[in-house]
Amino acid sequence: MADKTSSSAYWSANVRVIFISLVIWFVCSFGLGIILRPALMGISVGGADLGFWMAQNGSIYVFLVLIFAYAWRMNKLDKEYGVEE
Amino acid sequence: MDQFTLNLIVVGITFAIYIGIAIWARAGTTAEFYAAGQGVPPVLNGMATGADWMSAASFISMAGIIALAPAGGYEQSAFLMGWTGGYVLLALLLAPYLRKFGKFTVPEFIGDRFYSGGARLLAVICLIIISVTYVIGQMRGVGVTFSRFLEVSTDTGLYIGAAIVFAYAVLGGMKGITYTQVAQYVVLIIAYTVPAVFISLNLTGSFLPQLGLIGTYAPSGGDVAMLTKLDQVVTELGFKAYTSESANMFNMFLFTMSLMIGTAGLPHVIIRFFTVPKVADARSSAGWSLVFIALLYTVAPAVGSMARLNLTTAFWPAAQTGSALSGPAVSLADIESKPELSWINTWRGTGLLAYEDKNGDGLIQYFNEPAPVANANKALAAAAKALADSTDADKTALQTAVTEATAARDAALSQAKLGDKTLAELGLVGNELTKVDNDIMVLANPEIAALPGWVVALVAAGALAAALSTAAGLLLAISSAISHDLIKGSINPNISEKGELLAARVAMSFAIVVATYLGLNPPGFAAQVVALAFGLAAATIFPVLMMGIFSKRINKEGAIAGMLVGLVFTAMYIFAYKGMFFVPGTNWLPDTPANYIFGISPLSIGTVGAVLNFAAAYLVSSVTKAPPQHVVDLIESIRVPKGAGSAQAH
Repeated sequence: MADKTSSSAYWSANVRVIFISLVIWFVCSFGLGIILRPALMGISVGGADLGFWMAQNGSIYVFLVLIFAYAWRMNKLDKEYGVEE
Repeated sequence: MDQFTLNLIVVGITFAIYIGIAIWARAGTTAEFYAAGQGVPPVLNGMATGADWMSAASFISMAGIIALAPAGGYEQSAFLMGWTGGYVLLALLLAPYLRKFGKFTVPEFIGDRFYSGGARLLAVICLIIISVTYVIGQMRGVGVTFSRFLEVSTDTGLYIGAAIVFAYAVLGGMKGITYTQVAQYVVLIIAYTVPAVFISLNLTGSFLPQLGLIGTYAPSGGDVAMLTKLDQVVTELGFKAYTSESANMFNMFLFTMSLMIGTAGLPHVIIRFFTVPKVADARSSAGWSLVFIALLYTVAPAVGSMARLNLTTAFWPAAQTGSALSGPAVSLADIESKPELSWINTWRGTGLLAYEDKNGDGLIQYFNEPAPVANANKALAAAAKALADSTDADKTALQTAVTEATAARDAALSQAKLGDKTLAELGLVGNELTKVDNDIMVLANPEIAALPGWVVALVAAGALAAALSTAAGLLLAISSAISHDLIKGSINPNISEKGELLAARVAMSFAIVVATYLGLNPPGFAAQVVALAFGLAAATIFPVLMMGIFSKRINKEGAIAGMLVGLVFTAMYIFAYKGMFFVPGTNWLPDTPANYIFGISPLSIGTVGAVLNFAAAYLVSSVTKAPPQHVVDLIESIRVPKGAGSAQAH
C-alpha cells in the first residue's frame, strides 16, 4: 500500500469524483425527469417534453456516460497516485 | 411448418447451447463455483450481468405496464430510471471496493467489516428472504412461457425449466452460469429488438426504436409526432394522456429511489462484480452491464408507446389518419376475416385478451368508461347476477332492482361524453374490449407487426432465456449464502475445499427443489413480494455495505441496529397494507392510496427504510466503541485498488 498521506489524498480525490458524479446522476434523473418536469414543459422533444424524454430515455444515456467517465477518471487517478494493480 | 414445431425447434436449439456451455465450463474449485475463478472479462461479465438482471418481468411485462398504465405511461418511468440508475450507485459506491475485498459473498463482507458473526447471519437472513421471494416469480415465468408457446401445462413447463437450470447451475456454478448467461443475453436481446425495429419502421419510419419514440407518425403522412398522435387518440377515447404528469410526484420520487438503491443492494447483482479479474474491471464491468441493459431498457418505452398506438388504431381504424371517432370501430367480421387482425382472436384464445359486443352493433368499441358509467355498469351487472342466481319463487323485487339499475345506467350514459357527443348518442353501453393483459404488449408484438413465424419462436426463446438466467443467478446467491456463510462460516469452519464444493452443490439442488415447489404452489402474492425484495435490499443490504466502505466509524452495533431497523420498519409498512406475511385479511390498513402515510405506497417505502437504517447505524455507532484497528486497516485496504490479487477462500 502507498504511504498514509498519499493514500488518504487518493481517497479524498475519489470521494470528490463520486460526489460530482452523483450530483449529475441526481439532477438528470430525479431533477429533470421528475421534480423539474412541470417547470420545463415548454421545452419540447419530439412530441413530448424534455422531462418526459429524460425520464423514459435520456437519463439512461446519462447513466452510461457517467459510469464510463468515472471508470476512466479513476483509472487515471490510480496511476497518478501509484495505487493501480 | 406450423408455429408449434418452429417454437420447439428454436427453443430446443437454445437449450442445447446452454447445456453444451455448461459441460464445457464445469466448475472444479470453490473459487470457480462462487466467482467463476475471477477470470471473466468485463464485457462478457457485463453481458452475463445483463441477462442475470433482466428477468421475465423486464422482458415480458415492463413495456406492457408502461403502455397500459391508467395514469399514463410517464409515471411508469420509475421502472426505467430505477432499474438502470442503480448501476451508477453500484459502479461508484460498491463494486470496486467489494472486488478489492476479494471474497465470495455479500454476508462475508458484512461479517468481516463489522467483525461480527451476528451481522453476517442477519445479512444471510435478509439475502435469503430477498432471493427466495424473487426466484418464485422467475420459476412461474418459465412455466407460463412454456405453457403459452409449447402447449404443455404450466406445471410440466416448470419441471422442464427446473431440470435445465439444475443441469447447468449445479454442474457449472458461477462459471457455468456466467457463460450460459452470455448466450442467454444474445438470445433475449435479439428477440426483444427485432420486432421493435420492424414496428418502429412501420409506425415512424425510424430504424431505431429510440428515435421512433420521438419521431413522427408515418401512417398519417408524417406531419404529427408519434407521441402527440398517441396522446390525441387516447384522450379522445377517454383515457388519461400517455405523457400526463404524475399525480403524486413525491411517491414517484421515492419509488424510483427505492428501485435504484434496491437494485444496488440485490445480492445476486452484487456478486457479479466478484467475478472480474481486477478492481478497474469492476468499475467498467458495471458500465458494460448497463450498456447491455440499456439496449433493452431504451427500447422498452418505444415498444410500450407504439404497441399502445397499434392496439388503439387496430380497434379504431379511422385513428390512423384522423380522429378515432370519425369512423366506425373495428367490426366483428373484420376481426374474423382480415389476416392483419388475426392476432386478436389468437390471443383471445389464451384468455389474455377479451372482447364482447355489448350493444350488439357488430362493432367492438374500445374506450375508457367515465367513472359514473363504470359504476352504473358494475351495479347493473351485480343486480343481473343476483337475479340469475336467485332460487326464490318470487323474483319481483330482484327484477325491479335490475330495471332500476338499467335506468340508472342509461341516465349515466346520456350524461357522460366521449368527444362532443354523449355515450347514449354514440349508441355505446360500455367498453367492449373487456380485457387486455399487460404481457400481450410484448408477446403479441411480432404478430401485430405481421412478422414471420421464426420471430414469434424467438420471442418464446427470449422470454425463457430471461427467466432462466435470472433464476440461475438467484439460486447461486442462495446456495453460496448457505454453503459458504452458514456451513463454512459458522457451522463447520474446517470443511475441506471438496466438502464445501459438495455442500454448495447440495444447497443449490435444495434451493431448486424449494423454488420449484413454490413455483408450483405460488403463495398467491408473487407480485407483491417483489416489492418486499426491493424494499429489503434497499433498506438493509445497500446502506450497510455503503457505510462499511465509506465510514471508518460505523461499528458492529451500528450495523446490526441499522439492518434491524431497516428490516423491521420496511417489512411492517408493507405488511400493514398487504397483510401479515401476505396472508390476505391480516392487513390493518386498507391498501388504497388514500390511506398511505404521506401518500407513500408500500412499493416506495424502501427509500424511507434506507434512511432510517443510515440514521440508526450512525446514532448507535456514535455512542458505542469505535471499530478495532484490524478493521480500520481492512477499510484502508479496500479503498485502494493495489494488491487485489485473486479471491482467498480462508
